[in-house]
Amino acid sequence: MKITHHLDDATLMSCAAGSQPEALAAVVSSHLAVCPRCRAELKQHALIGEALFEGLRPEPVTRDAPVVAFRAGEATADETEACEMPAALHAALNGRFDEVPWRRAAPGVWHYPIPLSSGAKGDLRLLKVAPGTKLPEHGHGGSELTLILDGSYSDEYGTFRRGDVADLGDDAEHRPIADPVHGCICLAASDEKPRFTGMIARLLQPLAGL
Amino acid sequence: MVQVLESARASRHPYPVKIPRAMSDLLQKVAQSRDVEAFRKLFELYGPRVKSYMMRQGADATTAEDLAQETLLTVWRKAQLYSDEKGSATTWIFTIARNLRIDRLRREVSWQPLPEDRDEEASDGPSPEEEVTERERRDKVRAVLATLPPDQSEVVTLSYVEGLSHSEIAERLGLPLGTVKSRMRLAYQKVKEAVEDIR
Repeated sequence: MKITHHLDDATLMSCAAGSQPEALAAVVSSHLAVCPRCRAELKQHALIGEALFEGLRPEPVTRDAPVVAFRAGEATADETEACEMPAALHAALNGRFDEVPWRRAAPGVWHYPIPLSSGAKGDLRLLKVAPGTKLPEHGHGGSELTLILDGSYSDEYGTFRRGDVADLGDDAEHRPIADPVHGCICLAASDEKPRFTGMIARLLQPLAGL
Repeated sequence: MVQVLESARASRHPYPVKIPRAMSDLLQKVAQSRDVEAFRKLFELYGPRVKSYMMRQGADATTAEDLAQETLLTVWRKAQLYSDEKGSATTWIFTIARNLRIDRLRREVSWQPLPEDRDEEASDGPSPEEEVTERERRDKVRAVLATLPPDQSEVVTLSYVEGLSHSEIAERLGLPLGTVKSRMRLAYQKVKEAVEDIR
């Protein structure tokens, strides 16, 4: 997989800090799973967290260290295995796109919302666009990320293929066209539900002929 | 126990070592010989920092202390993985604390990436030269962070220490989202340049 569109530094910083809303973290972790370059970059971001952590004023602890003397043989076997998709996404999709219960949103466009933890803000959903479908020009709100899972699309910023992530600024406008043969399946996240729903509505309005 | 302590003493370096190096040694002892005394020292050194971090992230003192205990217990359980890591002990312990914080304070578990579990095939531990570079790199990062303009330093701290998202930082400071992100990018570029200078 040759990846040409990567995560923004500000996005990686938030990831290294562990400060991302869940929906965005889903897209980021899915991209990291397939992108060695962003993983390497993330390690550099982690240096900042480490330096700040070391610089914190220590807060005296009142209890003793946990007793580990009886745990000498304890070891871990529960390590994450490398996989194309993060385990959670894999579980949500059952590993296959053709089994996703797609909901038709407009001609040539389907979507499937993925449930987040209770209380989590934001919106995470799969989008499927039929081959050759042209979406009308639209912008994206503040924090939105889109990862290509299958097929591709092209717009003013280039061609986004499997593994590429669109981490565009909030002022970016584009007019994407899905791959003429394979169409496009992507994972899209927003940190605010109303904004994302608004985006979908704007996006689909002309298509639905409303 | 006495035996463990003595072997710990025997393997200690004959020259005074900088703290980060000593930390890694303690962690190696926990990993390789399940050294209870080394673990207690690690707790004394990192427990109060983890507690402080959790409190800055919004935990009350009791919860913060629970999380410090749990972080160090995870260090004990997963110490074997550390020996295969190239990062410093602090990086590793911080990552564990950070992931636990995400888990407990936000309850947004399943989607968070765990970068420290990846690339762990890169084994063999750091060579002596790499350890020097590692130490140098940390000093550089600290030095750069100390010289950041206040507006950049502020967003970096809010992100890493207070645990705020881009949108939350924008709201807190009354700034456009794009400004928050560009300040983060500028800060990171400076750190990155300084770190890459070493290579």
